[in-house]
Amino acid sequence: MDKRAISLTVNGRPVTREIETRRHLADFLRHDLGLTGTHLGCEHGVCGACTVLVDGEAVRSCLMLAVQADGREVVTTEGLAAPDGTLSALQQAFRDKHGLQCGFCTPGMLTTLTAFLRENPDPSEAEVRDAISGNLCRCTGYAGIVEAALAAAKRMREQS
Amino acid sequence: MKPPPFIYHDPRTLAAALRLLGTLDNAKLLAGGQSLAPMLNFRYVLPDHVVDLNRVDELAGVRIDGRRIRAGAMTRQRALEKDASLARLCPILREALAEVGHFQTRNRGTIGGSLAHLDPAAELPGVMALYDAEIEVASAKGRRTVPIRDWSRGYMTPNLEPDEIVTAVSWEPWQDRHGHAFLELARRRGDFAIVGVGCLLALDARDVVKRAAISLVGVAYGPVRLAAAEERLIGAAFDAPAVEAAAAEARRLEAKSDLYASGAYRQRIAGVLVARALQKAYERARG
Repeated sequence: MDKRAISLTVNGRPVTREIETRRHLADFLRHDLGLTGTHLGCEHGVCGACTVLVDGEAVRSCLMLAVQADGREVVTTEGLAAPDGTLSALQQAFRDKHGLQCGFCTPGMLTTLTAFLRENPDPSEAEVRDAISGNLCRCTGYAGIVEAALAAAKRMREQS
Repeated sequence: MKPPPFIYHDPRTLAAALRLLGTLDNAKLLAGGQSLAPMLNFRYVLPDHVVDLNRVDELAGVRIDGRRIRAGAMTRQRALEKDASLARLCPILREALAEVGHFQTRNRGTIGGSLAHLDPAAELPGVMALYDAEIEVASAKGRRTVPIRDWSRGYMTPNLEPDEIVTAVSWEPWQDRHGHAFLELARRRGDFAIVGVGCLLALDARDVVKRAAISLVGVAYGPVRLAAAEERLIGAAFDAPAVEAAAAEARRLEAKSDLYASGAYRQRIAGVLVARALQKAYERARG
């Protein structure tokens, strides 16, 4: 078995583990670190449920090996709220606007939109829809998700 | 499913990567991983070694030397999309990149990976075909340059030996007044194109076409240029019959059938998209 020791930051905390090099990042987060908020829907990059932030950029954690995250900063859906548990503006908007139904796609939606709103703080509805085109909601609850994203963007603009 | 067991290598230089590739048996190169990782997860590929190029810094980045653009193979698709100089010099690249997967996959996916994986529907080889790009390839034995027209050797098979690495792709942007268009039909946003069409048209002072390039992806195994149609457009009146003649040539291409679309359907869509792309490129060129 080919193993490596890796050191990275996950949700602000330093982590060092020995892992099999074939382990993808999503399995590392879920099985080795117990961070089961990152969901696996398809494991081939289509559904977007496993999206996490690596050095601030939204990526598919099922399409990246954990060993490739060595030295990087990873943020999962568990790391989006403030340390005291206060929800981020986006998370709060998802709650307010009924942006989640079964919740399976929610972690990927939140990480994707967190990265997107940082780059585009004042998006149109069409831009939001394009941003989540790579995140499948099996409940088809897109209307609430889009509404939540637009509400969160507005709230964040008002606060900044 | 999980990736099969393999031995992982992460060289820091191209020379080290080439040495590994020259000595290891059944090794697979890992670029952005947006195609290889799914194939590993599903165990479509069973490599004994994976050579990861992500820490080979010398393979990433865009350089503009005089008239020529050179993109290192490990340049992320997202970096190309955000590059302001590229957006000015070849705006069709950004238009096509918007159709390449989703921004999360473009954060990892690379231009060299797209060229080496050579999915028949991949947009970037189609854009590179418009510019008659040259693909730079290296092995422990030496380097060579492959014109894009000689790149495809069959289904997902580039003109690349097992010990070779794509190091860069270079092309010359069009200098003259010209318009562009990249259009594709996919079942959903970000899906593989059923057919994609890229088009560049340069006009003279009287708005007559003086240079034309049309390429299609998703139809054959590699990008296809409509050479005869391009030739006919040059110097001729740009009118409905001229556009229809180009569309007719697209409809005559031999088109593959798969689970999602028959060859006949692809031919029909190819004709529609070629006509629309020509119109759009012409209107943009006239400004």
